[in-house]
Amino acid sequence: MNWNLFNYPMNPPSASNFAAEHDALFYAIVGQALFFGLLTFALIIIFAFKYKKGSKADRSSPVYENARMEFWWVLVPTILGLATFFWSTKLFVDMRTPPKDAKEIFVVGKQWMWHVQHPNGVRENNTLHVPVDTDIKITMISQDVIHAFYIPAFRVQFMTVPGRYTQMWFRPTQVGKYHLFCNMYCGTQHSEMGGSVIVMSKRDYADWLMQHGQVRENLTAAQTGEKMFNKIGCGNCHGAQDLIPRGPTLRGLFGTTRETGDGRKWIADESYIRESIMRPTEKVTKGYGVTMPSYDKTFSEEDIMNLVAYIKSGANQSLPTSSIAASIPGIQARDASGKAGLNSNAMQFNSDTADATPTRRGNAPAVGAMASEKGDQQ
Amino acid sequence: MSTTVKTEVGGMEHFHTKPELNYLTNGHSIRSWLLTEDHKRIAMLYLISVSFFFLIGGLAAAGVRYELMSPAGNMMESETYNKLFTAHGAVMVFLFLLVAVPAVLGNFLIPLMIGARDLAFPRLNLLSWYLYMAAGTCIMLATLGGGVDTGWTFYTPYSSMYSNSNVSLTLLGVFLGGFSSITTGMNFIVTIHKMRAPGMTWFRLPLFIWGHYATGVIMLLGTPVVAITLLCVIFERTFQLPIYSPELGGDPVLFQHMFWFYSHPAVYIMILPAFGVISEIMTAFSRKRVFGYHMIAFSSLAIAFLGFLVWGHHMFVSSQSMYQSVIFSLLTFLLAVPSAIKVWNWTATMYKGNVVLASPMIYGIGFQGLFLVGGLTGPFLASYGNDIHLTATYFVVAHFHYVMVGGSIMGFLAGIHFWWPKMTGRLYNESVAKWNGLLVFVGFNLTFFPQFIVGWMGMPRRYHYYYFAPEFQPYHIMSTLGASFLGIGFVIPVIYMVHSLFKGERATDNPWNAHGLEWNTSSPPPTENFRYKVIVTDDVYDYDPVAEHENDMQLAGGKA
Repeated sequence: MNWNLFNYPMNPPSASNFAAEHDALFYAIVGQALFFGLLTFALIIIFAFKYKKGSKADRSSPVYENARMEFWWVLVPTILGLATFFWSTKLFVDMRTPPKDAKEIFVVGKQWMWHVQHPNGVRENNTLHVPVDTDIKITMISQDVIHAFYIPAFRVQFMTVPGRYTQMWFRPTQVGKYHLFCNMYCGTQHSEMGGSVIVMSKRDYADWLMQHGQVRENLTAAQTGEKMFNKIGCGNCHGAQDLIPRGPTLRGLFGTTRETGDGRKWIADESYIRESIMRPTEKVTKGYGVTMPSYDKTFSEEDIMNLVAYIKSGANQSLPTSSIAASIPGIQARDASGKAGLNSNAMQFNSDTADATPTRRGNAPAVGAMASEKGDQQ
Repeated sequence: MSTTVKTEVGGMEHFHTKPELNYLTNGHSIRSWLLTEDHKRIAMLYLISVSFFFLIGGLAAAGVRYELMSPAGNMMESETYNKLFTAHGAVMVFLFLLVAVPAVLGNFLIPLMIGARDLAFPRLNLLSWYLYMAAGTCIMLATLGGGVDTGWTFYTPYSSMYSNSNVSLTLLGVFLGGFSSITTGMNFIVTIHKMRAPGMTWFRLPLFIWGHYATGVIMLLGTPVVAITLLCVIFERTFQLPIYSPELGGDPVLFQHMFWFYSHPAVYIMILPAFGVISEIMTAFSRKRVFGYHMIAFSSLAIAFLGFLVWGHHMFVSSQSMYQSVIFSLLTFLLAVPSAIKVWNWTATMYKGNVVLASPMIYGIGFQGLFLVGGLTGPFLASYGNDIHLTATYFVVAHFHYVMVGGSIMGFLAGIHFWWPKMTGRLYNESVAKWNGLLVFVGFNLTFFPQFIVGWMGMPRRYHYYYFAPEFQPYHIMSTLGASFLGIGFVIPVIYMVHSLFKGERATDNPWNAHGLEWNTSSPPPTENFRYKVIVTDDVYDYDPVAEHENDMQLAGGKA
């Protein structure tokens, strides 16, 4: 117990680009609420005593309906409500629109832990290391039930839903350690599905990636995806061009508009690619038949994320033959032979590492960072 | 008191009752209670059953609150904790809040207030109580026979594919309870349309009736949606019918849309009848016609209508489209307006009235204070820029408890205190009741105000442990302390109310000197409600505050 009973905090720490505006909006509404709340309650109390039965106060000409007064009672809250709405819309749209060049981190939620994968392949569980003053985009999915990725100090939160990708973004502004919570009830150990977000200086973050990277083969997400792509033989049908009749090429696929045989159109985003791997018959590209088998039961969410990362990287026309450059230079140079495989937890195809195993219903509970922390304290 | 023309009804033998019998003494056998078609007896059956379920839900809440005193828990495992908060939520929402005011006070008072003999479909009314008891039995069996751990919201795919607890039985209970709600709502609507006494025009209806009319509409239109939604969860659990689970090809967020399409309007099923109660009490104890009668009546209908268009504000972070969120947020801000109108109209009612601070008025003013906080914390959550941070934290928990407990339960208590003499023919201990009103108000604020702060700090709801965030603990200790006071404040009324049944002074027909048809019949009323033919000739709430004040002044002058 390190809190002081007479000096305990009443605010969450403010550590992201959204915190200041969010708090300004919050306190503006607090101001409105206090004004109307105190005014109304004061009137109730004053009237209750001033007009108490038998008091001498004047009761002449009582009012029962007053259209003008009612008009103001409708107008004032409506205007204040709309003003708050527009301010909050600006903030909300801002929060829901990640910058194009944001650094992308992948998160998979599962009962009851968070798997995090940095773009260069470094992985961690229940902890998220991020560099300060850098736009970070989190792309998330759940392997089982709905979770919510919540960082109070950043004022950001979004659900991770099975079967579809969701995104959120933020820019950390204060170096420090903050709470990371799952904020959507997800079963027995819901309250222990979390850990910390550690905001580091950019230099410390680069060092951390070097020292704690724990990468067996120094592969980025896209490179692991490429390995899988070749191992499974996706390229047998999805060639360099649309000439092969079995399947459309995946080169430059990401972000384009796809048309299915029945004339419906889809943007090829992460969720589209994921669905096309898991259930290929759902959205068959115009001109092609139903030939691809379903990979629904074959891959874990981590596998698919790597594949998606690889196919996304093909937007720069290098797919499907060459390797992808790592987004953080320098990391790949280290131990390129791929031998230094201690503590491997890279998200790899059919990974046999314990902490990459999805927790299924009825399994023994996963033991997260919080549980070990609890052990430390006791 | 000239609201009715009293004409002796010819041929009393038509009702097969002796004139001196009231509805309580007209038959003493168990059978005469369990097979009764009298709306007043059914209301009493409901009163006993909702009180029992309130006790069960309250015990679960006590378990949750005492466990949260310690950040690492000290009484139970996470599994037990999860089952306890689910039991608390499910029992309180489905077996108490949705039922308490409409099925007890509404059932008892609607026919009395409009001058009718009974509800339109008395047998259907009895059936609705049996459906409700069947629902209660299912939920109790599920809870006591192992428990349910999904939370009262039953979010998929956790509830449909992952939870190993008694989800299906609980859902069956909620499903049956839904039919009870539908039949009650339909009964109210038909009764209010077709069974008003001669002269009881729409704008002579007490606002209690308007509130229940709007409630009936929501019950009738909303409940079928949640019924089929929950049935689909049962089907997916049992037969792997692919609806919600993405593993089977379903959509988990679809459940949230369908669930909140009902469950947001359901909030108004809980609060609109309480609004009706408060409108009656504010006018009766200000001894003055309610301010802005028409605005209050129409705002109830506006709430019922707009209430169906805002469900998406529960889903700002659920992956629904950003543009959808924009529309839902805008509509939610608009929905705040009719509620604001009501609070200010009640306040203005007291202006230049003759306020009597009797116990129902103490609870009524308590309701206003608490509902005010509940209402004013709504814009924090409607504003989605803030909601991203606050959603599913204790801020939300505090907000809806201010509305549900501070609004609905305070309204229920106020109403029970107001009409108790009419329902039972007995007077309870007035001064104990007043002090208890104050205790509930203080205990409630101590319980739930700290939760706003801890939620703003980022404490997620439904968390069993928080040892990793010890800064939350002081607020939980305050909250548990307040909950203890609140618990005592809920037990004391049971004691003095039950005591009044045996030892209480006999009530006159109109102990509060209030206006309204229900006060024109005896206390308790006869089975046929009125021994006279009811013809309404005067406006509703025809108090005369000026004359009454002059009279008071003369009396005071006479004494001096």
